[in-house]
Amino acid sequence: MNLILFTFIVLLGFTSYYFGRKKAYTIQSTKKRLTALPQFYGYYLAIWCAIPAFIIFSLWAIFEPTIVKLLILSDYSNQGYLDDELNLLYEKSKALSRGQFTGEITPFIEASAEKYLSLRSIAQSSKVVIVLSAIIASVVYAYKRISSNSRTREPVEKFLNAVLFTASLAAILTTVGIVFSLIFQTIDFFKVIPLFDFVFGTHWYPAKAFVRDSSEALDPTMYSDTFGAVPIFAGTFFIAFIAMCVAIPIGLMSGIYLAEYASTKVRQYAKPLIEILAGIPTVVYGFFAALTVGPFLKELGTSMGLEVSAESALAAGGVMGIMIIPFISSLSDDVITSVPQSLRDGSYAIGATKSETIKRVIFPAALPGIVGSILLGVSRAIGETMIVVMASGLAANLTLNPLESTSTITAQIVVILIGDQAFGDPKTQAAFALGMSLFLVTLCLNIVALRVVKKYREKYE
Amino acid sequence: MIKIKAKDVDVFYGKKQALFNISLDIEENQVTALIGPSGCGKSTFLRCLNRMNDVIDICSVKGEILINDFNINDKSCDVVRLREKIGMVFQKPNPFPKTLYENVSYGPTIHGMAQSKQEMDEIVETSLKKAALWEEVKDRLHEPGTGLSGGQQQRLCIARAISVRPEVILMDEPCSALDPIATAQIEELIDELKKEHTIIIVTHSMAQAARVSQNTGFFHLGQLIEHGSTDKIFKNPDTKKTQDYITGRFG
Repeated sequence: MNLILFTFIVLLGFTSYYFGRKKAYTIQSTKKRLTALPQFYGYYLAIWCAIPAFIIFSLWAIFEPTIVKLLILSDYSNQGYLDDELNLLYEKSKALSRGQFTGEITPFIEASAEKYLSLRSIAQSSKVVIVLSAIIASVVYAYKRISSNSRTREPVEKFLNAVLFTASLAAILTTVGIVFSLIFQTIDFFKVIPLFDFVFGTHWYPAKAFVRDSSEALDPTMYSDTFGAVPIFAGTFFIAFIAMCVAIPIGLMSGIYLAEYASTKVRQYAKPLIEILAGIPTVVYGFFAALTVGPFLKELGTSMGLEVSAESALAAGGVMGIMIIPFISSLSDDVITSVPQSLRDGSYAIGATKSETIKRVIFPAALPGIVGSILLGVSRAIGETMIVVMASGLAANLTLNPLESTSTITAQIVVILIGDQAFGDPKTQAAFALGMSLFLVTLCLNIVALRVVKKYREKYE
Repeated sequence: MIKIKAKDVDVFYGKKQALFNISLDIEENQVTALIGPSGCGKSTFLRCLNRMNDVIDICSVKGEILINDFNINDKSCDVVRLREKIGMVFQKPNPFPKTLYENVSYGPTIHGMAQSKQEMDEIVETSLKKAALWEEVKDRLHEPGTGLSGGQQQRLCIARAISVRPEVILMDEPCSALDPIATAQIEELIDELKKEHTIIIVTHSMAQAARVSQNTGFFHLGQLIEHGSTDKIFKNPDTKKTQDYITGRFG
């Protein structure tokens, strides 16, 4: 029903566009000068058709369930039910009206279910009537306005402005919402686990929190030495460091090669090929690391007499580095290519070689962009999950030996939230605390990146 | 005395021929102006003289260009040394995004011309003085070169070019992006520079060619139509085409 109504409104919108434009042509044929191009008249009418419909639809969606519920529950109002029981009654009658109720049917519930159905159908038909009459009223009003050739361009532009504003607002509000959900859960977590233990504790063993029987009261002392985040922060930065050791030199050098040395033909093929690396799903990198690189490193290490874990930080970090190469190479290639040719000419003309020109002129000029691409790569490395989960193990060892397994923030969040979780449990909330710290770290990185870029920009422009 | 001798120079961009059979002698310590309508090949010819066309993949140069009786199109020619001897100033001022000092010391550094900081300071100072920029910038040598005005930037580029004491300076429409006052300053500078350097200037302004040059070459559609002393070209040209261009009947 809603879908039919919606389609009908869309059709109405198109029709009003058509009529608006037609009206404009009629005005034009009387030798009057239009205040805007004919299609603006059409858009104007279509907007006046869509806005009231949209407003009424949204209001209806918000208030209809509440009002229906109030009306039904008013029957029980003075029978001494508790709020919870009333809610249950309401849900039961709703289920019955849909034919999904399996419990015992009492006459009371049956009566409510019937009432629910009739209320719904009244609501539905009155919605159709109200929406359609609102559309007709507003379209008639708008049609009168364009008949008198009043302004249409400004309202249409304002409407577009508002639509675009709403879109960006939605993105911002989502971010704010995510941050707030993180904050509240994090605060709850730190009510049980002291902040100090989290930030400076060196044992991370969230499985221990599982042992608790949910009927027991929370006893913070049993969590001491459970949620010490130092090992996983260390692991996160360690793996990211290994990844950047691979990605920065290779990415930067291939970027320079593509931008400065490669012939047009090589570049034409090589660049898309490198960018394919960026398109590989991380889970594929993950099993490449876990099933190919990890065992290979183990064998190599064993043959050299080293003890290498099959799931090592080196395997995860190395493969992660390969994943990040295309980001750095492609971005730095773009930045280097956008350095003006006149600077190269100036340098060559005074007798500098290609490598001197790159080192002394092009690289410094492109540095802000290159730093930006590197920091973007670091953010990727810190936020990467799948490769670590698959290739570096899940045990949070505090180690700086790249041949041992270690774990990261993201991998631990996965470990915590896989399977059944109880809300309000410190173990689940630990995931939020970790998410919050991850968010703070990447936020700081982004701020630093912006600062760096800005600083160099001031220097070079 | 002849400094540069071009013999039968042809230039191709891919399959398209841009210059046909150019033969031109350039006098030492004089200013030679190359004039002609847009796209006639005068800039292309200028870029042949320091092999800047090497930078363009599809460009190929045929023929002989003798500088001090040495053919620079020969395989044995070291482009780095060549460009040390033949400086170039471009149409749009293109200072590096570095400080004024670094801009001027760039050439001497890559050619290893200064043994000490003191020597380098001297080179920078003399170059800036010769470029008539020293008085304006001596207190802010360590500020970015891109912060100067257009005319100052162009004089900085000239200082950069003369810092390696080139024998020849090529100028590719050096004043086309500048206002009349800055243009006058550069022209005055060119007159001064010709005492020590041979100068070849490409220009769109015939008035400028007449003001600054002793010799002029007129290019049209990739061919050198006429060349000779500026006086003669402007007052009594041999060909009708030159006459028409000089008097503004085409171009």
